[in-house]
Amino acid sequence: MALDQSFVGRVYPATAPYEVGREKIREFAEAIGDDNPVYRDRVAAQALGYPDVIAPPTFPIVLSLGAAGAATRDPALGLDYDRVVHGEQRFSYNRPITAGDVLQVTVSIESIRAAAGNDILTTRSEVRTADGELVVTAFSTLVARGTAVQ
Amino acid sequence: MAIRISDLAVGAELPARTFDIERASMIRYAGASGDFNPIHWSQEQATSVGLPNVIAHGMLTMATVGRVVTDWLGDPGAVLEYGVRFTRPVVVAHGAVTTLTVTGKVRSLDEQAGTAVIDLSASVDDQTVLSQARMTVRLAR
Repeated sequence: MALDQSFVGRVYPATAPYEVGREKIREFAEAIGDDNPVYRDRVAAQALGYPDVIAPPTFPIVLSLGAAGAATRDPALGLDYDRVVHGEQRFSYNRPITAGDVLQVTVSIESIRAAAGNDILTTRSEVRTADGELVVTAFSTLVARGTAVQ
Repeated sequence: MAIRISDLAVGAELPARTFDIERASMIRYAGASGDFNPIHWSQEQATSVGLPNVIAHGMLTMATVGRVVTDWLGDPGAVLEYGVRFTRPVVVAHGAVTTLTVTGKVRSLDEQAGTAVIDLSASVDDQTVLSQARMTVRLAR
């Protein structure tokens, strides 16, 4: 059955603060095979004007994937997570995530559609510092295959 | 050496790259990202949901593809916007290497804002795996 449109705009509580560690950034950079020194070497990052090492552009998924679970695994919404594939992903950056940032994610439901028998859910994850500075916004579109069919 | 907006023209191509993905890449990515969905490491699970085999995390593909721009630019912190649509799974068989070929091209330039939009294309065996893959970056003037 198609997902309930009335969930569009629903905002979930902010996640617990996440402190971005240098070694976590290094681990992530290694996992994507990216040897850019700006992810590992503070001096290299400072040479580009950053206070400390920065995280790769897709690093926000480390925070937003779990955070979006509030919506994607919300039993009241009822998305069939076993049938979900990742349809689209977009990040809009105010600045790169930097080691030492303490970040919280607020997830909301951006849109709900049904197309070709699939439920299509887009979540919006705003990643902010404890002071409320918006660092990056992540939009994830998940497609639950065949679940919009009666 | 920073790339300047005045050095670029619409349609200019970025250096094409190839990247190899194997099962170990996905295990490492699962650990680092926290995405332990078994379709990325269990053949049984992948085939039970109708996939031909284990598939790479879309986010691993997205991260890899973006390097064509960030390695060219040098400063990954200059990325303002990055989005992709996942159109075909990147299948990675046991013991095999899947090669991703990535190209990039300047889609538009905004001299006033000092930004460029780069269109990206990624394929495996000449079949594209992404659509609308696009990165906006800030450039030196």
